[in-house]
Amino acid sequence: MADDFEVPKLPTYLEIPKMNEGVMAGDGPFKSVEEFQTPLGFPGAKVDNWQEVAINKMGELKSKYRSVQVFLDACVKCGACTDKCHYFLGSSDPKNMPVARQDLFRSVYRRHFTFAGKYFPKLVGAKELDDAMLDDWYNYFHQCSQCRRCSVFCPYGIDTAEISMAAREVLDAVGIGQKYCNQILGKAITIGNNLGLPEPALRDTLLDLEEEIEEETGVAVKYPLDQKGAEILLITPSADFFAEPHIDGLIGYGKVFHQDGVSWTMSSYASEGANFGMFIGSYDIMRKAALRIRKAALDLEVSRVMVGECGHAWRVAYSFWNTLSGVGAGADISDEHAMKLQNQLDSRYPQPQHIIEYTHDLIQRNKLKFDKSANDDRTVTFHDSCNVARATNMGGIPNGQFILPREVIKAVCNNYVDMERSTIMESTFCCGGGGGLLTDDLMEIRIKGAMPRMQALKEVEKTDAVDTLVAICAICKSQFSKVLPKFDFDPYMIVSAHQLVSEAIIMDKPQTDDSEAEMPIEETITETVE
Amino acid sequence: MRMAREVVLFESLFKSNKWTWLFGWLFHVGLLLVLIRHARYFWPGDLPEIFLLVQPFKYAAFAMVIGLIGLMGRRIAVERIRYISAPSDYLMLILMLVIGISGAVMTFTSNHTDVIMVKQFASGLLTFDWANLPTEVHFLVHIFMVFVLMAIFPISKLLHVPGVFFSPTRNQVDDARKKRHISPWALRQEKEQEVRLNETLGKDE
Ligand code: SF4
Ligand code: SF4
Repeated sequence: MADDFEVPKLPTYLEIPKMNEGVMAGDGPFKSVEEFQTPLGFPGAKVDNWQEVAINKMGELKSKYRSVQVFLDACVKCGACTDKCHYFLGSSDPKNMPVARQDLFRSVYRRHFTFAGKYFPKLVGAKELDDAMLDDWYNYFHQCSQCRRCSVFCPYGIDTAEISMAAREVLDAVGIGQKYCNQILGKAITIGNNLGLPEPALRDTLLDLEEEIEEETGVAVKYPLDQKGAEILLITPSADFFAEPHIDGLIGYGKVFHQDGVSWTMSSYASEGANFGMFIGSYDIMRKAALRIRKAALDLEVSRVMVGECGHAWRVAYSFWNTLSGVGAGADISDEHAMKLQNQLDSRYPQPQHIIEYTHDLIQRNKLKFDKSANDDRTVTFHDSCNVARATNMGGIPNGQFILPREVIKAVCNNYVDMERSTIMESTFCCGGGGGLLTDDLMEIRIKGAMPRMQALKEVEKTDAVDTLVAICAICKSQFSKVLPKFDFDPYMIVSAHQLVSEAIIMDKPQTDDSEAEMPIEETITETVE
Repeated sequence: MRMAREVVLFESLFKSNKWTWLFGWLFHVGLLLVLIRHARYFWPGDLPEIFLLVQPFKYAAFAMVIGLIGLMGRRIAVERIRYISAPSDYLMLILMLVIGISGAVMTFTSNHTDVIMVKQFASGLLTFDWANLPTEVHFLVHIFMVFVLMAIFPISKLLHVPGVFFSPTRNQVDDARKKRHISPWALRQEKEQEVRLNETLGKDE
C-alpha cells in the first residue's frame, strides 16, 4: 500500500463515502525491534505463546480500567458513530468506522470474556484471536489517532481511543510494538525528550535563539535552562526547540514571560511535554515520563508548572499528572508522594497551567500591549486540537478550552473567522496525524485522514480568504506542514498561537524596577541566568 | 446534569444522527410509558385513581413499534450499519417487535385477555405464588418473549441500560487539577515502586 495512492479530492460538501472494504488493509506502520522494545520492558519479538499472553493481558486491562469494560459491553451497534471518524470519511475503509474498529477488539473480548460469546460465538459476532485478527489489530489500531471524536456522538460515550490504547498495550505485551512510538519513548525516558537532544545541544539552541531575538528586537529575551529557584517551570514539546513553525511559538512564550517580568526556566532533564506513553496505552511508561517532570520541579524548586502548546501533553498534564506524579492539588494529607510536591507548588495558580491560560490572564489584566496591525496581513482561523478540545479544559470555565485560545488570538489580530461549526470545538476534526501516527510510513492514512479538516479549511479559504491556520499542538503543526501542500495550500500557513502573539506584542525596552506590579506573588525575583 | 440530558433526551445521539435518534427515542419513550402502564398488573389490591391517568399510555405502544421498525429498517438499509450488525442485533429487534406487537394486538383488537387473571398471576409472581394463566396465544407469546428477554438481559447488549450510567466519559467530574484521583492498583504500584524509581531517576526528596 506504499506510495501509489490517490490524495482525496476535496468535495464541496463533506459526504459520507460508500464503503470500500479493504482499501486500507496492509501491514501497518514499521514494527519496533528488540533494541527499542527491551528498554520499555516489552518482549523484543512476537512471543511464542502470544495468544495466551494477549488474552491474559486483556483480562488484566478489563479489570484495571472500568472504561474498557463498560465500553466493550455497552455498545448497541446503533451506528451513530459510523460516519464520525475522519479516517473513515477520508479512506472509506469500513474498518475505520469507530464501532468496527472497536469490534476488532470486542469480538475477541466477547469470545473469551462473555457468556454469550463463549457459547454462541456466531450469534453475537465473537471471534478468535488468530494471526489474521492480530494483523488487523496492528494495522487498524494504528489508523486511529485517539482523537475521541466518535465518543462525542456515541449515546454511551464509548471512546474508541481507549480501546485503541488497550489494543496497543496488548500488542506491546506480545512483542509487537510500533517503531515510531517506542523508539521515541526510549529517548524520552532516558534522555528527557523525544528528539534525544542532550543538555549541551539544548543549551546551544537556546543561546542562539536569544541572540537572534536580541538582534531582531533589541530586547534581551532570555530562555533559561535549569535555573534553580525560578518561579515557573515550562514544559513544552521538544519540537518547539528547533523546527518551524514550532520555534516561533517558543519565541512568543519567551516574550510574554519577559513582559510579565516573571522568572522562569526549562529543564534539560525533563525537556519534553509530549508523552507518547499515552498513545501506547501504558500507564507505567506514561508515569515514567511524567515522573521526570516531577523530579525537575522538585530539583529546581519551582512554584508553578506550566505547559507549552501541545495537545496530548495538555491532556496528560491536565488529566493525569496529578494522578501520575502529584503535579496538581488536592492530594490526601496522608499521601506523602503527592504532598511533597504539592506543598511546594503555589496553590493560588492552577497546577499545571497552560501557557494559553497564562497569556490570557495577562491580557485580561492588561499586562500586555499589542499592535494588532502587525497581523493585519493575515486572516486567521483556529484548529481545535482534539486532545485539548475533548479531554481537557482551560481557565476553569465551561468550554474554556475553546474560548481562551480564541480570545488570545483575537486579542492579537484583527481578522478572525471560524470554520464550519460541525468541524470545530468539541466536534473538531483531527489533523490526521495524532495518536502516534506522525510518521512517514503512515503517510497514506495521514493524508486521507486530513481530508475532512482540509475540506472545512477550503471553505473558509473560499468564503473569507483565510490564509493562516493556528493550532496549539506540536503534532497538528507538523502534520499540517506536511499535508497542507497535498491539498493545494501553502505549507507555511500553519502557525503557533504564540507566533501571532509574538508578532503583535509590544516589548518594553530593558525593564527597570516596576513597582506598580500587582502580581499576586511578590517573591524576590531572581531575574534570568547569571 | 450531563448524565440526565443524556438519559432522558439522548443528547449525543441527537447530535450525531437525527433518524436514529428519532426512532431510538420513540422506541424508548414508548417502552417506558407502556411499562408504566403495566404497573397496574403488579399493583396489589385495588388500583388507585392515578392509574386512570396512565390509561392513554396504551397508545405509546404504537410509538414503540414504529420506533422499532424504523431501527430495523435502518439496520438493513444503511450499508454502514449492516456492516457492523451481528445476528444477535437483528434477533433482539425481532424479539422486541414480537413483544410489542403481541401486546398491542391484545390491547387494541378484540382479542382481549382476561386482565384480572393476568393480574392475579403477575402479583403472584412477586410473591412466588404461581397462579393460573390465561391461555390466549397472543398473551402466551407476549409473556414468553418477555421471559426470554429477561433471561438474556445480563448477557446481551441490553446491558447498555446500566452501562450508560457507568460510562466514564459521561459521568466523570472535570476536576483533575484540583483533586488527585488515583486508583487502588496504581497507588499500590506507586508505593512498591518508590524504591526502584529512586534508583532509576536519582534522588527524589
Ligand atoms: S481516530 Fe478518532 S474518531 Fe476515529 S476511531 Fe479513533 S478516536 Fe474515533
Ligand atoms: S455510537 Fe456508540 S453505541 Fe452506537 S455503534 Fe457507535 S460505539 Fe456503538
